[in-house]
Amino acid sequence: MRLLGLGIFALIIAVLPILFPENYYITVVGVTMFFNVILAVGLNLFMGYAGQISLGHAAFFGLGAYASAILTTKFGWNPWAAMGAGIILVWLISYLVAKPILRLKGHYLAMATLGFGIIIHIFLVQYDTLTGGPDGLSSIPELSIFGWPINTDLRWYAVSAVVMLLSILFSLNIVASKHGRALKAVHGSEVAAEMMGIDTSKVKVHIFVISAIMASITGSLFAHEQAFVSPDSCSFFFSIELVTMVVLGGMASTFGAVFGAAILTYLPEFLVVFQDFKVLIFGGILMFIMIFLPEGLFVGLCKFVSHFKQGGRQCLPS
Amino acid sequence: MRMYEQLLQYLITGITVGSAYALVGLGFAIIYNASDVVNFAQGEFVMIGAMSAIFLNAAGVPYVLSLALAIAITVAVGMALEKFAIEPARNASVVSTIIITIGASILLRGAALLIWGKDIYGLKPFTGEQTIHLGPATLLPQNLWVMGGTAISVLLVKYFFDHTTTGKAILACSYNKKAAYLVGINVKKMLLISYGLSACLGAIAGILIAPITFFTYNAGVMLGLKGFSAAILGGMGNPMGAVAGGLMLGLLESIGAGLISSGYKDAIAFIIILLVLFFKPSGLFGKSEGERV
Amino acid sequence: MSSLLVVSGLEKAYGGVKAVNNVTFEVKERTIFSVIGPNGAGKTTLFNLLTGIDKPNSGSILFKGKELVGLPPFKIASQGISRTFQNLQIFFNMSVIENVMVGCHRLGKTSMISAIFRLPSTLKEEKFMETKAKEALKFCGMEGLQDKMADSLPYGQLKKLEIARALASEPELVLLDEPAAGLNDTETVELSNLIKKIVENGITVLLVEHNMGLVMDISDDVMVLNYGQLLAKGPPSQIQKDPKVIAAYLGEE
Repeated sequence: MRLLGLGIFALIIAVLPILFPENYYITVVGVTMFFNVILAVGLNLFMGYAGQISLGHAAFFGLGAYASAILTTKFGWNPWAAMGAGIILVWLISYLVAKPILRLKGHYLAMATLGFGIIIHIFLVQYDTLTGGPDGLSSIPELSIFGWPINTDLRWYAVSAVVMLLSILFSLNIVASKHGRALKAVHGSEVAAEMMGIDTSKVKVHIFVISAIMASITGSLFAHEQAFVSPDSCSFFFSIELVTMVVLGGMASTFGAVFGAAILTYLPEFLVVFQDFKVLIFGGILMFIMIFLPEGLFVGLCKFVSHFKQGGRQCLPS
Repeated sequence: MRMYEQLLQYLITGITVGSAYALVGLGFAIIYNASDVVNFAQGEFVMIGAMSAIFLNAAGVPYVLSLALAIAITVAVGMALEKFAIEPARNASVVSTIIITIGASILLRGAALLIWGKDIYGLKPFTGEQTIHLGPATLLPQNLWVMGGTAISVLLVKYFFDHTTTGKAILACSYNKKAAYLVGINVKKMLLISYGLSACLGAIAGILIAPITFFTYNAGVMLGLKGFSAAILGGMGNPMGAVAGGLMLGLLESIGAGLISSGYKDAIAFIIILLVLFFKPSGLFGKSEGERV
Repeated sequence: MSSLLVVSGLEKAYGGVKAVNNVTFEVKERTIFSVIGPNGAGKTTLFNLLTGIDKPNSGSILFKGKELVGLPPFKIASQGISRTFQNLQIFFNMSVIENVMVGCHRLGKTSMISAIFRLPSTLKEEKFMETKAKEALKFCGMEGLQDKMADSLPYGQLKKLEIARALASEPELVLLDEPAAGLNDTETVELSNLIKKIVENGITVLLVEHNMGLVMDISDDVMVLNYGQLLAKGPPSQIQKDPKVIAAYLGEE
């Protein structure tokens, strides 16, 4: 059932650039959306399924991006090796931070992740000899797969689409296994989960690290796609955007995260029309949805539709 | 300057900035106590208070009146937040309410952007710019206004909660809403007042420091986050703890900026958040909580 | 019959109050051992100590000869002990069958990598857990409800669901924490039959209950706690006549 949805989605993605060639909204914004989807899907495993909160996830995205940027521009590393180094760096940092932070719950966890994210951001801005400071780093070399350079919009579209589809698939697979149920159990009742033999602390740490690594990979790809990184792309605001994508779409739903990421990528593009009203409207929409549709748009829409189709048919989160 | 002289200057700067953090932190603590909500829009109250005062005054409204009106406007905003965002979502999860207040802060910033644009503004000091010499250190009259104004506000708030019926009613709501409701306390009204009070404190912080630092539409963000750090340091939910936390944070930042580097000083507030939450989540003055199975 | 669980000198104090004071008892295999006592007697604390949620100040808990004190709850659970909760700890964010499948957790050994790539070992494990879960639901008379969301079930069904979930892991010892609380007479009879069926299938039951009728009817052994201390221990007929027990419940004359 879920694979069908994924298949249809993949088909649509493959067909769009053929139907609308050279379309900015598809090939360029599309890539941004694909990156956002990977981030949102990863964060959703942590927030939606395991029921935790992270207000600092942009930090891992930034660390991956900067690792790639710094190692390739300043030390001449091979881009793939740099990405690997970024993954290892993020693995270490997220693991070290996870153990003490994930003992916390609710507001305290939110604040600790917030603090962490901002500290990383400040570091990226201040340590300018390495990171280029507020101006960031440019001229990041291109990425190529076995000699095939990813140097056009269309190629980036294809590559990021594949990575995105894989990440969605992996997320769906995790959820449909005992590990996914363990995540949901931790969210449902930690005490009961422990009594089922689930090491809740380990589960939380592992999923945190997994979602951090997903963010790191995305960051590295982003660095090569943009050929430029700056602290602006991994600020507190971006962390909030990521959380919004997860919540907007509907937590504990992989496709909800996809939906949320898609909306949040395209919404600002359309709000540009509103120019000065952009920020105001964005805040308003956020508040409105959280107050009246706290389960998120995707789950809300899903229930709305199944309500008309057949009363009693459940709209199970996927 | 010798060590002692520098230290005195840091002290003055630290207490001034710390006073602002103290007021913001106090506002956080009041709202958290009353409604279990971490209000991410707290910093926006400071910004709105400052910007309103600046613009009313620039529009020709007499100085003191523009200060008072600015406070009134901010209080209205605070109460509107409670009535239209917090109240309807009172049963929402922790994550939901966090996003709602974040949405509110974005909304308020968007409104500020619309009304006041992206420019930076300053306010005329309360009583002139004649520097005062305190030994080897200098300060402006406004510094004294900040410290004094904060002290008076804090004392008034303490008096309010300790000795007035309304204040005690609000405390009752924070301990146990149902019980408070059952003894006849109008819980909704108390929540409204709490948010109004919190906004008032934010606005006061804004107009006190506007003559010293400049304000722009997004100046509230960092202030809010640091006031939040103050509240955590003092113990989430302990109003006077938040005040102490704010002053300590201001001093730490000031000394850190002077001795280590000013670029990294912003990180101090967040390192504090992590340290406190790792080692003593209940803060310096808070009580530990437990969970019953 | 050998002793599955041997508890000696268990003590737990909160502040200055001893919630559990020098409690010693043994639970024999394939029996129903009930713990009763007035409210506040320390029954739930005892359960929390046995399952590792709380740590005792002193004493030992031997399960099949292995010391449980000091082990975290999830390790105790993987020894073959499971439990239900006085205040339902159902996973309301999952369906009925998913709830029970979580119960199977300790029986599965596949890694996260296997799950991510949906290797054959994961597929096999999923099938296995689903089958086990359905068996447990059927055992508790809940077949047909499996795809319903847990939050749509009435209270009585939820109590049964917790038991099904506890049974799914093929435990040797099940701790039932006030399973009859809030049940009407019909449901209580159903529960009593279910517990007897559990023991017939080779599982040992340790029960905390207030419903005296149920306790005296099905228990092999009864232990009475009062103010954290052991008041009396023995078969139901003996306990019912014990003057100390009567005094504790009815008050001194």
